[in-house]
Amino acid sequence: MKRFLPLIIFGVIVLAFAIGLTKDPRRMEDMLIDQPFPEFELTALDRPEQVLNENVIKGEVSLVNVFGSWCVSCNVEHPILMEISQDEAIRMVGHNWRDGRENARKWLNDKGDPYDIIIYDEHSELAIPLGVTGAPETFITDKQGRIRYKHSGPIGYQDWEETLRPLIQTLKAE
Amino acid sequence: MRLFIFIITVFFASPVWAQTSGFTAADPVIEERAREIGQSLRCVVCQNQSIDESDAPLAADMRKLVRTRLAEGDSNEQVISFMREKYGDYVLLKPPVQGNTYILWALPFLIMLAGLIWFFRAGSQTNKAEGDST
Repeated sequence: MKRFLPLIIFGVIVLAFAIGLTKDPRRMEDMLIDQPFPEFELTALDRPEQVLNENVIKGEVSLVNVFGSWCVSCNVEHPILMEISQDEAIRMVGHNWRDGRENARKWLNDKGDPYDIIIYDEHSELAIPLGVTGAPETFITDKQGRIRYKHSGPIGYQDWEETLRPLIQTLKAE
Repeated sequence: MRLFIFIITVFFASPVWAQTSGFTAADPVIEERAREIGQSLRCVVCQNQSIDESDAPLAADMRKLVRTRLAEGDSNEQVISFMREKYGDYVLLKPPVQGNTYILWALPFLIMLAGLIWFFRAGSQTNKAEGDST
């Protein structure tokens, strides 16, 4: 027994590493799945006098996309959002995070605006309740306004075809 | 002498974890509580820094939110559990004692216990051996 002790300890360490090192520590728990979209009160990007709240995502399946003109990966993601907005009957909600109104508007004018509604969130008042850690991030909400899916980072074509689009179809049928 | 004073000042200078981007609560009690909460919450975009220490814009917004919620009458626990509901246990700098962290918390004590057992057993055997030889 004593002879095998080092081997046993080694085995335990290997096992611990095998579990621990294959987990991605940057991937955070998706705390908000199946939770109602957080309540908020913010203004529309283009109309500072228009107050928006959580009702803007209710009633229809929506895609909420966190973006900013400062966000490099948002440039990468932008073309696919344009395609989604053209091809898919889904409400596109932009969540403009930590940006300036003018910078955001200019960015959208230059590249194209895929959004139906844009929430202007300069001080993370909605981003923190949404558990946002970086842009882009995308949430899919159902008709009741619950968050059903969260995608961190730019959406790729594969993500869209294999995960997001089928999910949206299911949610629309619900 | 000047060198000595210099060295003394360097070594005894206490680090100041000052926040540069400013939003401080008007009420000093709330500010005090907010600092305390801020020190226990992880800046989720940094490498192991609390939101109290971090310069990251998101951390600044989180500090601001903590103060707003305190001013609205939330308790410290309510603010922390709010953050935890949004960002998960990751946002807590000190891991909570719960199901998936029992091993983490117990391991140092178990290792110490194993070490003590080993120490005394090995020790008593040596004593015995010495006792036999004399």
